[in-house]
Amino acid sequence: MSYKEIIAKYADKPGGIIEAYHAIQREMSYLPIEAVGETAEVFKVPVSQAYGVATFYSMFSVKARGKNIIRLCESAPCHVAGAEEVLAALEKELGIKVGESTADGKFALELSECVGQCQATPVLTVNGKPYFEVSPAKLTGILAEYK
Amino acid sequence: MAEEMRIVLRNYGKIDPLKIDDYIAQGGYKSLEKARSMDKKALMDEVKKSNLRGRGGAGFNCGMKWSFAASAQADQKYVVCNADEGEPGTYKDRLIMEGDPHTLIEGMAVCAYAIGATKGYIYLRGEYLFLVETLETAIAQAKEKGFLKDFDLEVRSGAGAYVCGEETALIESIEGKRGEPRFKPPYPPNEGLWSKPTIVNNVETYANIPVILEKGADWYAGIGVASYPGTKVLTLTGDVVNRTFFEVPTDTTIRDVVFTFGGGVRDGKRFKAVQIGGTSGAFIPESLLDTRVAFDDMNAIGATLGSGATFVMDETRDIVDVVTRIMKFFEHESCGKCTPCREGTARMHELMEKINEGQGSDKDTALLNKLGNVMTYSCLCGLGQASPAPALTTIKHFAADYQAKMK
Amino acid sequence: MVSITIDGIKASVPDGSTILQAARSVGVAIPTLCYHPDQSIKANCRICVCEVEGNRLLQAACSQPVAEGMVIKTRSPKVLEARKTILELILANHPQDCLNCIRNGNCELQDLAMEYCIRENPFEFKVRGYKKDFSTPSLFRDQDKCIMCRRCIEACSVIQSVHALGVENRGHHAMVVPTLGMDLIDSPCIMCGQCIHACPVGAIGEVEYIEDFLKAVADPDKIVVTQIAPSVRVAIAEEIGMSTGEMPMETFVTGLRQIGFDYVLHTNFTADLTIVEEGNELLKRLSTGGTLPMFTSCSPGWVNFCETFYPDLLDNLSTCKSPQQMFGALAKTYWAEKMGVDPSKVYSVSIMPCVAKKFEAQRPEMNASGYQDVDVVLTTREIGRLFRMSGLDFTKLPPSNFDSWMGAYSGAAVIFGASGGVMEAALRTVYEVATGKTLEDVNFTATRGITGIKDAEVDLDGTKVKVAIANGLANARKLMNQVRAGESPYHFIEIMACPGGCIGGGGQPITKANAKRVERIEAIYVEDENLPVRKSHDNPEVKALYDEFLHEPLGHKSHELLHTHYHDNQKKYL
Repeated sequence: MSYKEIIAKYADKPGGIIEAYHAIQREMSYLPIEAVGETAEVFKVPVSQAYGVATFYSMFSVKARGKNIIRLCESAPCHVAGAEEVLAALEKELGIKVGESTADGKFALELSECVGQCQATPVLTVNGKPYFEVSPAKLTGILAEYK
Repeated sequence: MAEEMRIVLRNYGKIDPLKIDDYIAQGGYKSLEKARSMDKKALMDEVKKSNLRGRGGAGFNCGMKWSFAASAQADQKYVVCNADEGEPGTYKDRLIMEGDPHTLIEGMAVCAYAIGATKGYIYLRGEYLFLVETLETAIAQAKEKGFLKDFDLEVRSGAGAYVCGEETALIESIEGKRGEPRFKPPYPPNEGLWSKPTIVNNVETYANIPVILEKGADWYAGIGVASYPGTKVLTLTGDVVNRTFFEVPTDTTIRDVVFTFGGGVRDGKRFKAVQIGGTSGAFIPESLLDTRVAFDDMNAIGATLGSGATFVMDETRDIVDVVTRIMKFFEHESCGKCTPCREGTARMHELMEKINEGQGSDKDTALLNKLGNVMTYSCLCGLGQASPAPALTTIKHFAADYQAKMK
Repeated sequence: MVSITIDGIKASVPDGSTILQAARSVGVAIPTLCYHPDQSIKANCRICVCEVEGNRLLQAACSQPVAEGMVIKTRSPKVLEARKTILELILANHPQDCLNCIRNGNCELQDLAMEYCIRENPFEFKVRGYKKDFSTPSLFRDQDKCIMCRRCIEACSVIQSVHALGVENRGHHAMVVPTLGMDLIDSPCIMCGQCIHACPVGAIGEVEYIEDFLKAVADPDKIVVTQIAPSVRVAIAEEIGMSTGEMPMETFVTGLRQIGFDYVLHTNFTADLTIVEEGNELLKRLSTGGTLPMFTSCSPGWVNFCETFYPDLLDNLSTCKSPQQMFGALAKTYWAEKMGVDPSKVYSVSIMPCVAKKFEAQRPEMNASGYQDVDVVLTTREIGRLFRMSGLDFTKLPPSNFDSWMGAYSGAAVIFGASGGVMEAALRTVYEVATGKTLEDVNFTATRGITGIKDAEVDLDGTKVKVAIANGLANARKLMNQVRAGESPYHFIEIMACPGGCIGGGGQPITKANAKRVERIEAIYVEDENLPVRKSHDNPEVKALYDEFLHEPLGHKSHELLHTHYHDNQKKYL
């Protein structure tokens, strides 16, 4: 579906910009500038405002990024449970640093704050799906699901 | 010996959340029916009398808040559920929504009736998008069974902004804007979503409502501490044996939470500190563990009950390192609207980092104290006001940890 | 009324007052940064926090309403510590180059740093290091200086409805940026410069051309000629410590000669000319079924706005150039010929209340004379700086007169400087041209004042002409949407981009409140009243210009020199 069609589906929702952005990202993993412009037009707000919204929320990106978004929680409970070692292993496994995407466009690696799954830390999410008690050893298996 | 008491989690794990009949079989939606048979004022008086106080952190009397919105004159009013559970170490609202979505819906419908609202929103944090389906299914079931009548309920999602847990930031976000808090007054019960009277309550608060109506305000008011009656769901994380959740009466002490329910510190190590209430909570030393998990009791020791997150640290934990990490969190989550928070959170993090790296001196802790105090009483919203607490309380209670890192 | 106590002073103040209003009413000053008297309350800078008895937290004076019995302390140790710390936080990443700053000496942050005796800043000094934006010829942005008060955003969005500015990112990385983080020139910015007035610091300013001017003065081959716009005189006084309107025109002229102008002429001359051309254009459109309503075209911010947001309505814009550009085209043709000088040596400087004029002068179509018609545009503020640089004492300067040819003007030209003035001037002329009768009372008071939208109906001997006037582009937008929808009842619409008209232009002395704009408007009408000639077509030099050079309004020569065309400049992202 094109971003125009996606946005049109939310046109009747008052204030539904955030819902529209989520839907665009499910399709394209980020918010292309054209899509931000189109969203502004559909929701009848200035582009400067739609852009302000797109850059406010940490789950949105106006820059292109990998298709599968890995977000590792670095909040205190995950931090003390060894999130840093997981991060080092992830960077090694993917060959990229936090904030980057793999050359094949498959993965983007980001940090996040608490995802509310603190019964089984450390936690990471791939496209929003949580993985529990992750350790460097578990990473290959997790990533394989998305290759 | 302290025992669990499940009110908001009464059906958790016992019923199929996606089967409304299961909920009905447990007496579900009877309270809504009862509420609708009551005079609105009597209904709010009942909620007031139960002394149920908001479970989102501010602890305001719930019935009182409703009565403000009820008496406001407007062509439209809104009922909003704050399901933006973003406090690190907290997942109680997820448990309720996952395990018993109808109790939330019923609580919101009671509120809608009480204040005269026909539209409601559940603002769900972006990290819980997998719950949208559960909630929407439950809403559809309740509609189909005719429980909701003219009350239209919709799920809206956040997108990764802790500050949206602040009620006016949450309102801005539902309006499709940047989640920046508004100054108050006006308060949402008078001027909230799209400038209309709006009640924003936490998931756990709404989940209490059906039980209060079923068993009566007096029954509820008699549970736990009188000034903050009922139960509190606590989620235990960190170096605790049982990394899980418990719902306990509010007269339970922190010591019981950590050592009885939590099973004590892991791996036979000694207790060092517990942070309660979420990431802006105070760090509580051993000496204060006999405090009860009730709003005013916690305030009295310079702490907050907050979301009920209970983060336990053992003797080996580097407190300065953990606080540094927490200050990074606030730098990242500050919305940037007001000066003391926008600049202050970054400076708090910078100073903590300096100390954590062994480059700090007493001058830096003094500056942290001064800045932290200014932020506490000058920031526009609760995020900025609460954010210095971990630094302020650890400088006070764990001075030795800081000294050990000074250059 | 409610009874309160502020710093021990008992007071009775109206219900609904904020602490700030209450304090000011009893003479207690509370510092502000994000507060602006003509804007909404923001409460984001927190510099105005005060202690309210019974409250653990400090309250923002700008947003907190007073309540019966409230006891307020505005300067307790807790309050002073908070304000000072907040200032230190701002200053710790604010470039410390006040000496080089365009707002040196006129900066709200600098004043507070001084008042609160900020010396050693305990926080590590870290400038954020943003790129300066000099993409437009009119205004620049220096983001490092931005203190995030957001007053510019409100000026741009609420007052002007341009929405070229917004906030990007959040937290410590939050920043005011043009649309999509682009350079200003690529954003919908129409260069009105109202954001400059809104900015408490030097984060936005006019692009200065003082060096260019001084270079031309120093060049013996250049004949430096100036034109002064109608609204400059009333405001220039504010730049040199006099009251609004207090500078006599004759002293002002002497001052300009002192700073190096060879010839001092007046934009008022071409304002009168504009009225003759535009008035005739309106009559022609009315009689030949031309596109109506006709819009005035002398405000370059407005022209930019029309090209950017209403490109479908460009045919409604009068084809008349602005007085500045008419002047420019004539200075290097008619005037040079008349004076017997080589037009290539004429260095034409205009003194304007406006920053959009800087852009207008550089439009490629503005070289009808064969040269760039206007070489440099200096704002009222820049002239103020040149006056101060020259150390002139205006209380002692002898008077002098404008040079002849293009120095004479009527009262109708003077009122161009205020919203409604162009309309009133046009009506004075149109009435007499259309009816052949003498207009006895030249004052069309319905067109006057700072009200956002004004309208009137004029009877031209049986033909009723409906006119409307808007100042501020959010008001203009309302009229434009009517026109676009085909529902406009008007024949002639005057639009001034800036609130109050040119007296409130982006190049005027920093205007901290609309009240100042009202003062300037009053000074304009005093000047009009006092002039012997009050109708543009009665200006003797304009008559001579037609006799000797142009021959007739809307004629061939006029078309060549005095009229222009417009471009669709719709941006992809608005």
